[in-house]
Amino acid sequence: MKRLLLATTLALTAGAAMAQDTVRLGTEGAYPPFNFINDAGEVAGFEREVGDELCKRAGLTCEWVTNEWDSIIPNLQSGNYDVIIAGMSITDEREEVIDFSQNYYPPAASAYAGASADADIKAGVVSAQVSTIQAAYVAESGATLLEFATPEETIAAVRNGEAVAVFADKDYLRPFVDESGGELVFVGEDVSIGDGVGLGFRSSDTELRAKFDEGITAMKADGSLNALIEKYFGAEGLKF
Amino acid sequence: MFATCADPKAIEGLTWLSCYLTSGKHIDFYWSFVVVLILLAVTAPVALAFGFGGATAARSQFLPARWFGKVYIAMVRGIPDIIFFLFFVIALDQAIEWSKHQIVCPDWTEPVRQGLEFKVCPEAKVPSSSSAAIWHQAYGFFLAVVTFAIVFGAFVANVLYGAMQAVPRAQLETGEAYGMSHAQVFRRILIPQMWVYALPGLSNLWMILIKATPLLFLLGVKDIVYYARELGGTKTQAFEYPHGDWRLYYFLGLLVFYLVMTRLSEIVLNRLSARLSQGQATAAGEAMRRAGA
Repeated sequence: MKRLLLATTLALTAGAAMAQDTVRLGTEGAYPPFNFINDAGEVAGFEREVGDELCKRAGLTCEWVTNEWDSIIPNLQSGNYDVIIAGMSITDEREEVIDFSQNYYPPAASAYAGASADADIKAGVVSAQVSTIQAAYVAESGATLLEFATPEETIAAVRNGEAVAVFADKDYLRPFVDESGGELVFVGEDVSIGDGVGLGFRSSDTELRAKFDEGITAMKADGSLNALIEKYFGAEGLKF
Repeated sequence: MFATCADPKAIEGLTWLSCYLTSGKHIDFYWSFVVVLILLAVTAPVALAFGFGGATAARSQFLPARWFGKVYIAMVRGIPDIIFFLFFVIALDQAIEWSKHQIVCPDWTEPVRQGLEFKVCPEAKVPSSSSAAIWHQAYGFFLAVVTFAIVFGAFVANVLYGAMQAVPRAQLETGEAYGMSHAQVFRRILIPQMWVYALPGLSNLWMILIKATPLLFLLGVKDIVYYARELGGTKTQAFEYPHGDWRLYYFLGLLVFYLVMTRLSEIVLNRLSARLSQGQATAAGEAMRRAGA
């Protein structure tokens, strides 16, 4: 009986130790080149490589989970995953509910893309993804905000004429504009908002956050982060 | 999948299409059809059981059971599905984890609720965070089945309640005249006869259940609508198979799928209805008897 108990205790502690070492990374999987589901059905993109590298450096086993953008913060808080790594800009509003690591992508430009260069971005209908810094910016800009749940739909809205322009991260829009064959063009000046892209953690997970912060510092120092930015965002991607 | 697909950007035409349609993500898409079919196959009997329980409770002689049945029916029927799906699932998930937390981590001192956070000890996570992705999916699927069953069970309960009341009193009285007990009348006469009255209502619910399966995505189960949207979206050169906005074609595919599903169901339900009407004291049963004679 005693031996049985001992075996169970051992099994339980082993299980607990394993449980602590697996970190679940939550992403949206619909925001190339930051994160997307590739043709093999796996999470891929800039953040996939950054996340895997950070986990390797911290000696953690990581697993990728996808979640809709809209409910990505509530699901972190209810513990469905441990880290948000979804191209999320660091803002004061978000800092109130979750904690961010230092940024692993510099404060990048956001841009308008419309069907023509003279699209009325000041007073027309502008599409943006719901709960993003871009949506908040459009709402205050005087234009009529048209929100969508996924980034894909914000661009489709411009293509079918629902909106005169879409406002999003320029890095996200660039491939769409480049490959549209002139159908989409950047409109007006770039706008710089947000404090860069960071990892989101539950406020109580300070230890985990420190581990990832350390990894990001190291990756910034040895240039591997810049190499990844170069790989996914090309020469135009901002470096540290 | 095939050797020719090694470099998708160099091929075109039918080869490209065959490679495209057999990419890993497409295989996941095809599996999601199976997931939806399994969900239907599991949920329908469970909902029927919930409904049967609810209906039986609602017409029970025992007052608390009657209350329970009526409150269940009224509450679930009165709450919009989408609210139920967003709220109830999180509550159920947290209830399961909280219960497990109480058992496996009695020494845990930190509060479970910290502001907006819900934090149980790592051992109490369901499924454990180290378990394979398949278990997480299975757990999500389980939550989906329970939620669908509770929602549809309430509607089923109301349909069965009405069907039970619709069985002619004379039929039951005949049973009583033979000296059967209350339970015997219920089992031998009421149940076999109520189905024909319940069938139109149940067939409606079945159709609605088929069409409600896209709500699965709210529960984190990747269903066919999720994949149609994901696969159909514009793909830039970052992907192996770049293409424009093809969502229309994918959704047309889903349209066909749902139409085939509902049409097949109609055929089966019509047969079932004919089968159940045989020898019943209803207009349809009477018509059958005359046609046969």
